[in-house]
Amino acid sequence: MFFTLVNHLTSDTFASLPGFGVELVLCLTIVVILLARMFKFSERMDSTWFAILGTIIALCVLSPLAPWDISQSPARMVAIGDLPRVEMFTGMLVHDGFSVVIKTFLLVFLLLFFVLVKLTKAHRKPDSPDFTALVLGSALGMCLMVSANHMLMIFLAIEMASVPSYAMVAIHRHDRKGSEAALKYAVYGAATAGVMLYGISLLCGMLNSAHIPTMAFHLAENAASGISPAESVILVMAMLMILVGVAFKLSAVPFHQWCPDVFEGATAEVGAFLSVASKAAALALLVRMTVGLTCLESAPLKLVDWNASEQIALADHPELISPALGSIQNFVAWVIAVMAAITCTFGNLAAFAQTNIKRLLAYSTIAHAGYMMMAVPAVLALVSIDPLAAGQCIGYLGLYIAVYLLMNLGAFAVVAMVRDVTGSEEIRDYAGMIHHSKSFTICLTVMLISLVGLPPLAGFIGKFAVFAGLARGYLASGETYLVSLLVVGCVNTAISLFYYLRIVKAMTIDAADSNTAPMRSSPSILQTGYLWCLTVPVLVLIVGWDVLNVWIQQAVLGLVS
Amino acid sequence: MDNLTNFVVTSLIFTPVVGAIVLLFFPSENKSLLRWCTLFVTLLVLLPTLWIALPGNESLSFQINEAGVQNVVQTSWIPSFDIQFFLGIDGISFPLLLLTSLVSCLAMGASWTIDKYVKSYCVLYLLLLAGMMGVFLSLDFFLFYIFWEVMLLPMYFLIGVWGGPRKEYAAIKFFLYTLFGSVLMLIALLMLYFNSDLRQLSADQLATAHVAAWDEAGQLLSAENYKATIDASEYPVHTFNILALQQLGQHSDVFDQTLLFGKSIQWWAFVLLFIGFIIKVPSVPLHTWLPDAHVEAPTPISMVLAGVLLKMGGYGIVRICYPICPDAGYDLVWVVCSIGVISMVYGAFAALAQTDFKRMVAYSSVSHMGYVVLGLGVWSATAGSVFDPVSWSMGVKGAIFQMIGHGISSAGMFFMVGVIYDRVHHRDLNQFGGLYGKMPVYTAMAILLFFAGLGLPGLCGFIGEVFVVLSVWKLSATLAAISAAVVILTAAYILWAIQRVYLGAQYRGPHSEDLSEINLREMAIALPLCVLAVVLGVFPATMFRYMDATVDQQIADLVEWTEEVKLPKLRAEREEADKDVAANAP
Repeated sequence: MFFTLVNHLTSDTFASLPGFGVELVLCLTIVVILLARMFKFSERMDSTWFAILGTIIALCVLSPLAPWDISQSPARMVAIGDLPRVEMFTGMLVHDGFSVVIKTFLLVFLLLFFVLVKLTKAHRKPDSPDFTALVLGSALGMCLMVSANHMLMIFLAIEMASVPSYAMVAIHRHDRKGSEAALKYAVYGAATAGVMLYGISLLCGMLNSAHIPTMAFHLAENAASGISPAESVILVMAMLMILVGVAFKLSAVPFHQWCPDVFEGATAEVGAFLSVASKAAALALLVRMTVGLTCLESAPLKLVDWNASEQIALADHPELISPALGSIQNFVAWVIAVMAAITCTFGNLAAFAQTNIKRLLAYSTIAHAGYMMMAVPAVLALVSIDPLAAGQCIGYLGLYIAVYLLMNLGAFAVVAMVRDVTGSEEIRDYAGMIHHSKSFTICLTVMLISLVGLPPLAGFIGKFAVFAGLARGYLASGETYLVSLLVVGCVNTAISLFYYLRIVKAMTIDAADSNTAPMRSSPSILQTGYLWCLTVPVLVLIVGWDVLNVWIQQAVLGLVS
Repeated sequence: MDNLTNFVVTSLIFTPVVGAIVLLFFPSENKSLLRWCTLFVTLLVLLPTLWIALPGNESLSFQINEAGVQNVVQTSWIPSFDIQFFLGIDGISFPLLLLTSLVSCLAMGASWTIDKYVKSYCVLYLLLLAGMMGVFLSLDFFLFYIFWEVMLLPMYFLIGVWGGPRKEYAAIKFFLYTLFGSVLMLIALLMLYFNSDLRQLSADQLATAHVAAWDEAGQLLSAENYKATIDASEYPVHTFNILALQQLGQHSDVFDQTLLFGKSIQWWAFVLLFIGFIIKVPSVPLHTWLPDAHVEAPTPISMVLAGVLLKMGGYGIVRICYPICPDAGYDLVWVVCSIGVISMVYGAFAALAQTDFKRMVAYSSVSHMGYVVLGLGVWSATAGSVFDPVSWSMGVKGAIFQMIGHGISSAGMFFMVGVIYDRVHHRDLNQFGGLYGKMPVYTAMAILLFFAGLGLPGLCGFIGEVFVVLSVWKLSATLAAISAAVVILTAAYILWAIQRVYLGAQYRGPHSEDLSEINLREMAIALPLCVLAVVLGVFPATMFRYMDATVDQQIADLVEWTEEVKLPKLRAEREEADKDVAANAP
């Protein structure tokens, strides 16, 4: 017995390693960065270079176009459409197309982010090694969030991603605002993590497992045999409490209060990291949890056959118990739909009054988290009716994340560069920018209009896809809350125009007066080149987004089926 | 479908885009070079359009006898959403294309007075032109939507940077209104897309709708083969093809399912699309952006705005609303016609009350575009037992003609206002007077254009108005009487304006010493408009010949639908109701 266990464990661990390559490379990079300071010859090297190199290697190891299929022995590269969903490390993590897609986005973002850090002045030496190590550590946690398949792992991953970000916000030692922001962030994070942990323990206690597919199965069994009122109270409480933790990471209303303060206190670079990478990972986690807990079909394959009899029991009669999950799906979809609608509307309305561009972008981030969350209720509504369409809706969310990554990073990049040359982050100091730097103005205009979601810019693609998912979900299921969500999303698009345009107006139409912070120097050619590298894809993605869409769709194909 | 057609039709959209990109690399100090180049690019759009208009070239020329879409350009674009790059010309879009290319060329000529940031102005102007051509050319709903929105940002800047004192307010108001309309359109677009199912169409209908598909090797599938392919499909085959959606709307019941509050999908789609389009038209009560935008916009942009942008709303209604959602169109005929008439009356009264010359012309646009909505909305089938498709076809033709006529007269009026504004720097109607003495040629031309706007017989405004008013008679004598009476109001505000500005004692107001006769450049812009106003008024057939076949076909299709689908349905409902009454009777 013991030897079988050890044998299984060893074979499981070794078979899992190829699917864990990204995380390993990131860990290694952190170690290298930390060690590099200890030696004379490497002491002076800029750690950002190490980080860039490490990210590129991680991206190669992941090989997004032909990822590793670890269910075969030895692991082989297969086309992304053929990648099976496989559990790793005794079911702690899962390796599938969805995690490959989101990890790819995270790594691409990380790469662009480190280049940005290299080009701006806020995170230069001597803090640079600490900063890069923190960023990489946080990214590691996000990779784990994306592929988590176990409640314990979810909690660990969220903490792993959050704790380094608290420190990142306060990286400048004598910056009082940054310290205050970090404190708020940490207190908020700790509180929500506690609530979430409580919820997890309730749910796991009730369902006798922390392994998500097993929990889903037990939940379905319970539901099929009838849930008592006491049990349903516990269930609802537990689910809401878990949602608190995810909502904190998503900065969804009412757990968004930290967001504007943190973004204002942190540098624009850190803001970009929190607003893009953190959101992408949190959304992936939201999809993992909601879909994983409420649909049995999504259970991944086991890498090593631990207990043959249980496997058969699980697959016994899914047709009997999976409909029982319908009401739970519906409840979760409702909660997320309401949260998405409020988040989106609140974010957009609150952004109107902002005078600091980072605060404004923080509210814009909140609003966009709302738009992206809208995809999840559509997925849940479709899952039992048309699994293929539900899978496509998850793909639409992926598409949104991809374009959001580009445009939001671009907006924050401009803010960071403007801060370098003017020292200001107030919107009024952007007045008359067009006379000083055409590149800044045009790039920021393109990014902001893209955030509105106006065609032909890339932002429209994401919005179109998510709204298409909602329309499809509504027409297939007839759930009225989906169409309300669609209307809320569309109306929000129109009202969000106002505050984005305010910045555009300040830059192009308003004239600079004597109070406007002057530009002390003009941006370097590398900086403008970097901005254009982000802007051109946003401008021309509309021509060829089919390629991106097809790749994502193939990757998420097996997620619900 | 040869290469020449493909190239020419596609170039109508992409020449301005390429032109804009090239202009970016020009030195911004050399203003006249930039202006001439932009004018050259607009000519590169105008000349091919005229080439299509003239007979002679076998593949390219517009075939006036052909009802369907011609000069089609079609390639696959986003296969995962069945989106195609699908352009084509027919009798509804072609007159508007001619108008767009002409007005934008003339308005570029009027842009010589723009002296601030000429380079940015030219680039944005060309992007605007590309968007306008794209809207009229595209036959794929997604593509249409993209071009519809492409125009917004350039227009925002053109008003917001080069406009008058309240330019920022006007620009954002324009942007918000239009964006609000277009998000409603987006909802309708998604609803229609996800309910469409190409499997419901026969091979013939697929061929008529130009539904194209390509096999693995990139060869175009024939309609029969494609029909066989989609019939084998287990799931519905969605489409963004506007022509296919029209076929589905008229020959299948895919859009008839109940959606919300007991109304069908097509009812909701119609309402959402209609709101989106009448914001652009604009009709009362959604017109309030227009006076502000017009007053603040520089003269050439006002010309484009009145001459072309307003027509997009009308075009959308005739191209998308009615053919795709005929059932809703039939049911809502009174709403649509009332909105048209209310706009006419309100616009005319508001114009009477204005003291700002440009604002008066702007309200006259609201009033005149009311005719377009009314003409498109007329559905003579509701006139009881007598079913008269002829007057309906007259209404639609009148509406399209009114769009062309108004495009010419309103562009001309705005230009004429701009000419004096450039000289005296104010637009207060009450301060003017006696311009005739100092500028006789200008006054003659201006009066001609204002009369065209008034709808004087023999000028271009008359034909559209009279067609629309006549067509309404069958539907409702009251509406017809009101719309005919609006002509009197129109005459009142235009004649009063002419009297206040051009006649009377010699002008002594501000900058009276700067009043000089219209110059050669201005003459070159005003003259074509004057000539067209007369030609179209005397020979309306020059425009009607392009639209006749297509409009007749569309009306015939909708009449067939009314007779075969709607009327039996109504009869059945009535019998049902009668039975209920009989059953409940004591």
